[in-house]
Amino acid sequence: MSLHQFLLEPITCHAWNRDRTQIAISPNNHEVHIYQKSGNQWVKSHELKEHNGHITGIDWAPKSDRIVTCGADRNAYVWSLKDGVWKPTLVILRINRAATFVKWSPLENKFAVGSGARLISVCYFESDNDWWVSKHIKKPIRSTVLSLDWHPNNVLLAAGSCDFKCRVFSAYIKEVEEKPGPTPWGSKMPFGAVLAEFGGAGGGGWVHSVSFSSSGNRLAWVSHDSTVTVVDGTKGSTPSQLKTEFLPLLSVLFISENSVVAAGHDCYPVLFVYDGTKGSVTFGGKLDVPKQTSQRGISARERFQNLDRRATSSETTEQGLESLHKNSISQISVLEGGKSKCSTFCTTGMDGGMVTWDVKSLESALKDLKIV
Amino acid sequence: MSKNTVSNRFRTVDVDEYDENKFVDEEDGGENQLGPDEAEVDSLIRQGNLMEALQAVLKNPPINTKNQNVKDCAEGLVLKVLSAFKSSDVDKGVQSLDKNGVDLLMKYIYKGFETPSDNSSAVLLQWHEKALSAGGLGCIVRVLTARKTV
Repeated sequence: MSLHQFLLEPITCHAWNRDRTQIAISPNNHEVHIYQKSGNQWVKSHELKEHNGHITGIDWAPKSDRIVTCGADRNAYVWSLKDGVWKPTLVILRINRAATFVKWSPLENKFAVGSGARLISVCYFESDNDWWVSKHIKKPIRSTVLSLDWHPNNVLLAAGSCDFKCRVFSAYIKEVEEKPGPTPWGSKMPFGAVLAEFGGAGGGGWVHSVSFSSSGNRLAWVSHDSTVTVVDGTKGSTPSQLKTEFLPLLSVLFISENSVVAAGHDCYPVLFVYDGTKGSVTFGGKLDVPKQTSQRGISARERFQNLDRRATSSETTEQGLESLHKNSISQISVLEGGKSKCSTFCTTGMDGGMVTWDVKSLESALKDLKIV
Repeated sequence: MSKNTVSNRFRTVDVDEYDENKFVDEEDGGENQLGPDEAEVDSLIRQGNLMEALQAVLKNPPINTKNQNVKDCAEGLVLKVLSAFKSSDVDKGVQSLDKNGVDLLMKYIYKGFETPSDNSSAVLLQWHEKALSAGGLGCIVRVLTARKTV
């Protein structure tokens, strides 16, 4: 587990390049900064300044080495590296509200942008006109789209939004790809069709983050009512939900077919395990470095002081957070191993820090943790 | 000046009603929810069987109904049961509930905070402390984010 403090401002979003030597982050302003790893240090190598509003999403395509950014200025730019300089290309999204999230598709021939305009813009490159074209998915989204994730078949797209629902859409673009084969989520997939819809029903909270498993058969999402939900597309469509005792989680990621890591306002990542046979989600463990608590006695004076200040005479002096991150974690990303057998993942948060977590050492440090 | 500038009626127009994109919650036919059974709960309290009374009063929560009377009745009944418990038994009471029960209890506690009366706040605070240790902060977050509550 290593913490690197990039800045004092929140890191709104981040993206890694293919070999994990460079990271693109946005320090809560209109710019994207790219840092290059040199030894144990991170050196700033590029500054991408084109947006007019705060950057809300960054994604780096590993194979084609292109970065797509989207911002509160209702624009998205695709950046390509030419002669050591990142050159932007504007993408006309045709939205009238801020963009909130962007993700390249697995084959990197299209990307999807979620926005506050209650729609998803799926953009693909039209080589005749040499520009990026966008198609909209509007119905039945009724509020801001907060998060997106692509299915490995490059066609299905999961979207979590502020209308308390998580949906699976088809983003099939006939100009750039072949018709997809049937999946557990459905077989007829015209563009914009809703293949599955979960959530709502008089309860629930904003769906902050969604994640497909590496096979694409399972979908997990976290929502603002402090719940984690997993649904297995092959086993019918009843989702299994766990109501957690933590503050709401903001980001979720599958690290194996059965294990899900999520992090949020509690400043430490948490593991959840999905049992396919029972169809249940259980709490797997809190993933954070346990601090060495000093066992010292408490004097009578301290006892009365605690009574005065905190109304309890216990000795738990939680002066600061014991977790590595000192503020909410906003994003988790896989570093090594992919979503099927993740061995390292990275979190960035509102404290401006980036922490890389090693799954093997977590398993050995926290004894009853098992990542199946 | 040809416009009529005397009237202030425009200031009381609710602009949100005319917003065509306004988010409307799904209707969940809740007209049949009558809240916990008053007679059953009262008899259990009189018998001194407080654990059962707690279970009974948390049945049939009037979550989906729009009838304010039913909701107020239910809240009053819950408060009666909660006050009947001895301080030392509050912990056992909370332990006897499952996760959904703790969430529902927390909803009633916060509803009770909204209209304090004589001793209600002290009793509710005791229950709040025990429910918090059982349900954690997530339980309170679910009370805050619930679209339809008791």
